[in-house]
Amino acid sequence: MTLIQMSNVGKRYGNIVALHDISLRVNAGEITCVLGDNGAGKSTLIKIMSGLHHHDSGEMLVDGEPTRFGSPREALDRGIATVYQDLAVVALMPVWRNFFLGSELRRGPFKVLDIDTMRATTRSELARMGIHLNDVEQPIGQLSGGERQCVAIARAIHFGARVLILDEPTAALGVKQSGVVLKYVAAARDAGLGVVFITHNPHHAYLVGDHFILLNRGRMRLDCKRAEISLDDLTREMAGGDELTALTHELQRT
Amino acid sequence: MSSASTAEAEQVVPERVARTSLAHRLLARPELGSLVGAIAIFIFFLVIAEPFRQTSSMATVLYVSSTIGIMAVPVALLMIGGEFDLSAGVNVTASSLFAAMLSYQLSLNVWLGVLVSLVFALGIGFLNGFLVMTTKIPSFLVTLGTFLMLQGANIAVTKQVSGQVATDNISDMDGFGSARRVFASSFEVGGVSIRVTVLWWLLFVAIGTWILLRTRFGNWIFAVGGNVDSARAVGVPVRQTKIALFMGVGLCAWFMGMHRLFAFNTVQSGEGVGNEFIYIIAAVIGGCLLTGGYGSAIGAAFGALIFGMTNQGIVYAGWEADWFKFFLGIMLLFATVLNMWVRRLAVRR
Ligand SMILES: Nc1ncnc2c1ncn2[C@@H]1O[C@H](COP(=O)(O)OP(=O)(O)OP(=O)(O)O)[C@@H](O)[C@H]1O
Ligand SMILES: [Mg+2]
Repeated sequence: MTLIQMSNVGKRYGNIVALHDISLRVNAGEITCVLGDNGAGKSTLIKIMSGLHHHDSGEMLVDGEPTRFGSPREALDRGIATVYQDLAVVALMPVWRNFFLGSELRRGPFKVLDIDTMRATTRSELARMGIHLNDVEQPIGQLSGGERQCVAIARAIHFGARVLILDEPTAALGVKQSGVVLKYVAAARDAGLGVVFITHNPHHAYLVGDHFILLNRGRMRLDCKRAEISLDDLTREMAGGDELTALTHELQRT
Repeated sequence: MSSASTAEAEQVVPERVARTSLAHRLLARPELGSLVGAIAIFIFFLVIAEPFRQTSSMATVLYVSSTIGIMAVPVALLMIGGEFDLSAGVNVTASSLFAAMLSYQLSLNVWLGVLVSLVFALGIGFLNGFLVMTTKIPSFLVTLGTFLMLQGANIAVTKQVSGQVATDNISDMDGFGSARRVFASSFEVGGVSIRVTVLWWLLFVAIGTWILLRTRFGNWIFAVGGNVDSARAVGVPVRQTKIALFMGVGLCAWFMGMHRLFAFNTVQSGEGVGNEFIYIIAAVIGGCLLTGGYGSAIGAAFGALIFGMTNQGIVYAGWEADWFKFFLGIMLLFATVLNMWVRRLAVRR
């Protein structure tokens, strides 16, 4: 089932062409990896899907309808949740407040926060992802980078996301923590979500991806299914194909 | 049954997670530093200033503290939300001038002036918030602008309307008595006369604390101050939240303005300048981070109490009153360092 479809989408910032003629599909139960070098336009692409920016040309269909989100809230209400590398959490706020931020549970006639339920839910949802905290009251800034990513992912899944967009969730993480995050990315896919996974790292992409899209200076350079490409080819394409061969020669020690 | 489930729950907690001690939890509270400071200053003046020990002096200290404390609550909330309002001090004066002149010139029941000036003060708050959110200019600059505008307009309009720098006495007008009871009366407790603003102060602190810790809006305040981009990304209405915070300052400025009007019957148009910093100082002493995202209303109350005790304590101790500002400066520096240290302890694992 196609959740989001982009056809010939373009986006400019002033006279910088950030995206040109991008077409892709996000299918339920699949991981679509978006790869590309710095400044390739990856973040711009997902900001259009998540309601932070608008596209200038082309069309974005959500559940088959042409859509333009006015705010991240609208995207969230349509089940599109985004986890940003840098914007995932508010460091000084307790873990549970972060977990429910923007979707707080309230009860009673005065609409007070239902703190007990939120704490318990946070604890159990995180435990399901293998993060055991005995104090969800601690500031989330005390958690490790990987744990913070997992909290953000758990939050998206808990609030019924159908599309989960992850902007370089493993960029700042060590090998082990990346592994943990990748496991949850796969778990989200198995739960039937459509996942958009942005990364610099072809190895991480190839571990979980079903579909690969490679951006280069705002254009699509590659668009293929897992069966159509090997890890080596993906790595080579990412590094700019022949450029890597040239670089290898250049750096070769004599 | 319940003991079995707790035992089970304990098993899944991995060993790496250390138990957070009570001390650690206490240290994590933003108001701790100001509580310790308030107790220290209280004992200090209790020891050195004999008149400070009388209950009537305590009542005066509480009154002085309340006039700062009522404003320190919304100023602290605004700071936690990541913004400043330098127009807060003159907005107090502006709303009392507005109510006084409107009632007097049109010979209205003062309650009408009171209500219209509420709309006025909220409007100033809204304007501040709207300008900050729309222009994206730092609130420090925007509200410096409205501060200067109000400061000038307060005096100019008053001179124009009443021909002098103060408003006419409104004490014999309709509704004055009942308004005075609400905003500026006193009551007796065990022979000591206590100003009603002390009660209002307690109520405002309680409401501020409730909003911060028990409501969705409170969650949003911490989020827009702590990390505005991630707040926006998870769907927090940043613009509305910040505008509401500025309007909260307007609301309390109106309240204090009404207190001043009904306590003194007339308003000096040049008043209030400089108080904006006192409110901010109370909030900072109370543990609010200048960068936003952290702080408490209770802390701001302790900050205001420290202000009140020092302000009066110096007089009771028989010192030159001019030393007060000097002390306030020391206290601000000391509190800032202390809060920084406490927070570092709290965030350390
Ligand atoms: N808000 C903005 N205003 C102007 N130009 C922008 C803005 N955001 C991005 N750009 C430009 O658009 C291009 C694409 O940026 P984008 O952030 O989408 O790249 P990216 O693929 O996510 O890079 P990275 O891997 O470094 O995160 C870059 O040239 C960048 O300078
Ligand atoms: Mg990026």
